[in-house]
Amino acid sequence: MQATSHAFKDNAHRALQDTELQRAMGHVRSGFIDKRQQAADRLPEFEQLRDEAKAIKDHTLAHLDLYLERYEAKVTENGGKVHWCANAEEARQAVLRICRSLNARTATKGKSMISEEIALNDFLSEQGIEPVETDLGEYIIQIRNEPPSHIIAPAVHVTKEQVESDFRRVHGHLSPERPLSEPTQLVDEARQVLRQRYLDADVGITGANFLIAETGTSVIVTNEGNGDLTQTLPKAHIVIASLEKVVPTLEDCSTILRVLARSATGQEFSSYTTFSTGPRRADDPDGPGEYHVILLDNGRSSMLGTEFQDMLRCIRCGACMNHCPVYHAVGGHSYGWVYPGPMGAVLTPSLIGVHEAGHLPNASTFCGRCEAVCPMRIPLPKMMRHWREREFEQHQTPPKARIGIEAWAFLAKRPRLYRWATSLGVRFLGRAGRKRGRFSNLPLAGGWTAHREMPAPAGRSFQALWAERQQRSGGAP
Amino acid sequence: MSARETVLGGLRRSLKRQPGDGAEAAVEARLRSRVRGTVPQRGQLSGEALLQLFVNQAEGVNATVTRVASSDDVPGAVADYLRQSNLPLQARLAPHPDLQALPWAEKVPMLELSEGRAAPEDRVSVTPAFAAVAETGTLVLHSGPQTPTTLNFLPETHVVVLRAGQVAGAYEEVWDRLREVYDGTMPRTVNMITGPSRTGDIEQKLELGAHGPRRLHIVLVEDGTEPA
Repeated sequence: MQATSHAFKDNAHRALQDTELQRAMGHVRSGFIDKRQQAADRLPEFEQLRDEAKAIKDHTLAHLDLYLERYEAKVTENGGKVHWCANAEEARQAVLRICRSLNARTATKGKSMISEEIALNDFLSEQGIEPVETDLGEYIIQIRNEPPSHIIAPAVHVTKEQVESDFRRVHGHLSPERPLSEPTQLVDEARQVLRQRYLDADVGITGANFLIAETGTSVIVTNEGNGDLTQTLPKAHIVIASLEKVVPTLEDCSTILRVLARSATGQEFSSYTTFSTGPRRADDPDGPGEYHVILLDNGRSSMLGTEFQDMLRCIRCGACMNHCPVYHAVGGHSYGWVYPGPMGAVLTPSLIGVHEAGHLPNASTFCGRCEAVCPMRIPLPKMMRHWREREFEQHQTPPKARIGIEAWAFLAKRPRLYRWATSLGVRFLGRAGRKRGRFSNLPLAGGWTAHREMPAPAGRSFQALWAERQQRSGGAP
Repeated sequence: MSARETVLGGLRRSLKRQPGDGAEAAVEARLRSRVRGTVPQRGQLSGEALLQLFVNQAEGVNATVTRVASSDDVPGAVADYLRQSNLPLQARLAPHPDLQALPWAEKVPMLELSEGRAAPEDRVSVTPAFAAVAETGTLVLHSGPQTPTTLNFLPETHVVVLRAGQVAGAYEEVWDRLREVYDGTMPRTVNMITGPSRTGDIEQKLELGAHGPRRLHIVLVEDGTEPA
């Protein structure tokens, strides 16, 4: 997809004015947070499992080349094929070659963020192969011609009224009398429409939550069962996965599974966790005749060994965005590419460049909730700070902000001057705002006061008050 | 240079891989040892307590469970469930000897049975399970000549016949059993199933029956075999 991450500020402004979006985002604010907390509380070992899950990924990343070779050997042994792809274009071409070899006209798809990352749907359509998204959320955004706004709930920005009107627009068979105002009715409608698509598809494409080196297995975690119908019914199953998905053993996968669903939706375990190893066996009555794994790098190998390596532990649960006040306010589309929220703010500059996405790491209040809930203990705020530093070093910070930061740095390095300047400022603002106790507009602070009021300072700086207090109690100032 | 070499070369450079750095031995050891992480206390039970945990967890995720005393009671339990759910007395059966050996014709002659993989018009499937995990109320099924995977997903109602001895406390125990039975190889598909199909994709409201089965019913047979 065409990235608009450079326009984050404008995107965010538009999102704040979008009443429909704001209504939809209310469900994120209320839903995910409580459910995750309850699931964590029900499992006394949860915090320990987070430490272990992190250690598994750290070990795997430190030996990633070797585990991938083992994984590939096992896939081959089981009759599957691994297609190594350095970038998005190679991955698209690999998918196309498989589709062409089967004369495929339609491909059903389970939810895959890597598919979004390589913009597979547009590409397949251009090549005359119809992609059909089968995850309900993905299906909704496909017919709306939108990118996902959340990594596990792609249509979280859409209200049920919008879904109804989209279904009525696209499903020509629907009579106007048929009621579609309730989620149950909408889910039924999608179920009926997609049922036939599964049966007609030539190829089924899924993502992977894990690749297991021990057995050459790919794993998908879903609730709807769409991924299973997608990968079981067609002639071929294509798995699209990025290379950091690999874990050593079934045991390691089980440990991480214990924190995945709890962090994502607050479920103890998702409805369907499916382990796929190779194509159907000679005496199997069903299953795909071919099994292909598109193994994508797309910039990840160059994150290894850098300050961004920790990001490769991410298991795409979405907890960071579910808990992010900035994401809650502006929604996923504002981030302008595939991955939104805190994980997107860190990953996107790595994958598409700091020139395009350098602004995303600024979209944080550094409240730290993302890191506090991340099951893989990824230090997201620290990495956002790395990006901010890099943005500043590369002179991409806008001139006004740059001058501001430099002026502040100048003062901060000179404590006496700093104290003098702040006490002057605080005294002046304190006097100016004494009557109302707050400002509704301030020169140079229009960006702040456009949406909220600035409280007037007390008239004396914290440091001055502190010094006075210490003196009064007889302590050293 | 092939893409494979490009990617692996890039990884080795980033990791500063040196010959003889011991990395290969570490990987071999890890894969051989199959070290377990923390296995939650919750599932470390036996006997009736383990079965009760399984039933509670499964019911907690909208599955239904009937407990029967012997395998001879399974046909009656399946027919009762279909009647209570207002479903036609028809089912597609997995061609598995454990199910074929049950006294269907004798106990429920009006139940119309067929065998094989699921067809799109099948409304009810009956399958065996390989194992179950009490920790989360999860069923473990796998593909094979006697257990087509389509039976687990196409029909609207999935009935699973589970023996008490198949219920394990944790996932790790099931992996060991699977390795033992299949000599270290994996069947094409292993399905962990925890309740019926669901979605929260429309305004975060939970709806059952998104694409897979709307109903998951478990017939738990307590035929004297103790759970492991």
